[in-house]
Amino acid sequence: MDYNTKTIAYVRTQESPRMAPPVATGGVVGWLKENLFATPRDTILTIVTFLFLLWIVPPIIDWAFISAVWTGEGREACIAPGTGACWAFVEAKFGQFIYGRYPIDERWRVNLSGLLLIAGLVPIAIPSVPYKRENALYLLVVFPVLAFILLTGQLGLEPVETALWGGLLVTLVVAIVGIVVSFPLGILLALGRRSEMPIVKMFSVIFIEFWRGVPLITVLFMSSVMLPLFLPDGVTFDKLLRALIGVALFSSAYMAEVIRGGLQAIPKGQYEAANAMALTFWQGTRLVIMPQALKLVIPGIVNTFIGLFKDTSLVLIIGLFDLLGIVQQNMNDQNWISPATPATGFVFAAFVFFIFCFSMSRYSAYMERRLDTGHKR
Amino acid sequence: MAHQEGVSADAGDSERVSLMNDPKARGLVFQALLIIAVIYLVYSGVTNAIDNLARAGIASGFGFFGERAGFDIGQSFIPYTNDSTYLRAFFVGLLNTMVVAIIGIFFATMIGFIVGLARLSKNYLVQKFATVYVETLRNIPLLLQLLFWYKAVLSILPSPRAGGLEPGVEVVFNLNNRGLYMPRIVPEGGAQLILYAFIVAVVGWILIGRWAKKRQMATGQQFPVFLTGLGLVIFLPLIAFLVTGMPLSLEYASLQGFNMVGGWVIQPEFMALLLGLSLYTASFIAEIVRAGILAVSHGQSEAAFALGLRPNLTSRLVVVPQAMRVIIPPLTSQYLNLTKNSSLAVAIGYPDLVSIFGGTVLNQTGQAVEVISITMLVYLTLSLLTSAFMNWFNSSVALVER
Repeated sequence: MDYNTKTIAYVRTQESPRMAPPVATGGVVGWLKENLFATPRDTILTIVTFLFLLWIVPPIIDWAFISAVWTGEGREACIAPGTGACWAFVEAKFGQFIYGRYPIDERWRVNLSGLLLIAGLVPIAIPSVPYKRENALYLLVVFPVLAFILLTGQLGLEPVETALWGGLLVTLVVAIVGIVVSFPLGILLALGRRSEMPIVKMFSVIFIEFWRGVPLITVLFMSSVMLPLFLPDGVTFDKLLRALIGVALFSSAYMAEVIRGGLQAIPKGQYEAANAMALTFWQGTRLVIMPQALKLVIPGIVNTFIGLFKDTSLVLIIGLFDLLGIVQQNMNDQNWISPATPATGFVFAAFVFFIFCFSMSRYSAYMERRLDTGHKR
Repeated sequence: MAHQEGVSADAGDSERVSLMNDPKARGLVFQALLIIAVIYLVYSGVTNAIDNLARAGIASGFGFFGERAGFDIGQSFIPYTNDSTYLRAFFVGLLNTMVVAIIGIFFATMIGFIVGLARLSKNYLVQKFATVYVETLRNIPLLLQLLFWYKAVLSILPSPRAGGLEPGVEVVFNLNNRGLYMPRIVPEGGAQLILYAFIVAVVGWILIGRWAKKRQMATGQQFPVFLTGLGLVIFLPLIAFLVTGMPLSLEYASLQGFNMVGGWVIQPEFMALLLGLSLYTASFIAEIVRAGILAVSHGQSEAAFALGLRPNLTSRLVVVPQAMRVIIPPLTSQYLNLTKNSSLAVAIGYPDLVSIFGGTVLNQTGQAVEVISITMLVYLTLSLLTSAFMNWFNSSVALVER
């Protein structure tokens, strides 16, 4: 063929006008089509969900904001029919919800303890901050002692009996004591369960399975009603301490299982390497095994703590006034009793619990992503 | 030489190494110490308890089981009056716990699976809604949720009279602060036949299923087992119902004076407990289901598509069976949690085991040690039984490796 002689029939000299993207994939319509109305089934689901939201969301917004009562001195403000949330109740009782009946002049001690806690928690939660070992030591040993001195009133501070404690203070005290005590106990139990000494192993297994098999509420009943019977005459614990013992034993069983998971994930070679270096069992555990195992189970520990934090609300059943307990107690205050009060109080308490638990679960998810070394497929 | 001796025999070793550093000897000493410590703790605890009980004048032993209980229980599935014994009260509580646990497990599983699947949905609205559900309910204590349902929702419902019920007028469904009223089915003569027909239908379904599977394995032909079975279960009892001359009648509730009479009532305590337990546990089950399905690798469904299976069959035959292996172990612990959490009934006054036994009986008899030990033992047994059953079930679906 002779290409040279042929004249070219047509050459485009101008750019043709750009075509619009297909309607279905671009812009709002495209997004809607892809995410809400992709198939007939999706369309039905979307409509049903939308109707459900339409049914449920506006009343909630109306209840929480539009017909809510924001200020008021007593029940008269919230008694009118059709009133939404009685936020005035929360405002009036806020101090009690946080500190319980802790003397107002001494509340700075609670605040200071809270600050000390935050000062320890923030650096340990950020992975890049150094001195983790010292930090952990501060949180597990120094802080509890300081908080004990401050809160109960030792060393010349005015003593405040635990019967006056309440609200978020008790919730945090129970949860933190539970976790701080259960941590070393859990490590011991986890090591015991993997021990080659039959009696130690059996003891650990029975201990762990027993506490994991019974509900916390029976544990609390046991520690508040049964425990005093087993103590010598004249030895008495206060109510809070008894609850703390129950909670600590209970959570150490759960903690042990979490830590055992970490121990199992350590390759055998690590144990053998520790032995080959002529480290004793405790040296090997402390220097080789535990640092790796504990790092692996940080998400698990945080999740245990979330569970424990939620479970602290159970102490109200044995007559302690944690956040939920004090909210419930204040609902029956003659000055504030109204149809709107219970829901308001519970929603407030739920909100506080949610903030704590949700942020912890976000943190745990973040650590999980960080610790995921990519070996998993 | 010395070097050789040190390496060679164990016997020579233990002679050279001091007893302090012999792991075996140390282990024995350590275990002996542990046993002594435990025995000492138990011994001192028991002697203290005997002293304390004697001083307080509290009887011990299990004799109280035969005594008259003397209190009433709001909900009972076996005949019970306040003249019954403590033993009967115990069984009433145990039964109430088990009923709420079993119904709760059923609903939690249903809601959990639906929400778990919804979280994986490509539909934006459905997926976000499921996420909000899970994140909210999972992060609020169960006790708070129970109290919320009981005190802030069900208790402030209007009373039957204020709710606009006319005295003497029968209602089909009514929700008021006394509970949820529904018609009660009253069997008359010949009603057993309907039950028998139902049982026959269920057995028939299972037999047809087996036969269809065998046939499919042999010939490749499929049989609509589900539709046939459903038809059997619906129509066989219906035919029996019509043939026996409709021996069932409905009894409706009505307002008489200040109280509701007749009908079938679900009490607010039970409703609150069931709502709280199933919604809360469902949020955990949803996450388990989601993780389980995500754990099935993408290649599996691609392989199924390559074989020409349609999406529905792919999920039924390929994805779900593999996801179940991941789902079942954590699902078991959720079931156990639900059973244990049902003990929170004590806070809202549903007469479960803890509330009857750990509450009322404990207060009346004062025998803390016996009462609490029994309560704990019951939960421990329930836990062990459930996990034994689920382990068996798990091993039946577990991957069989060569």
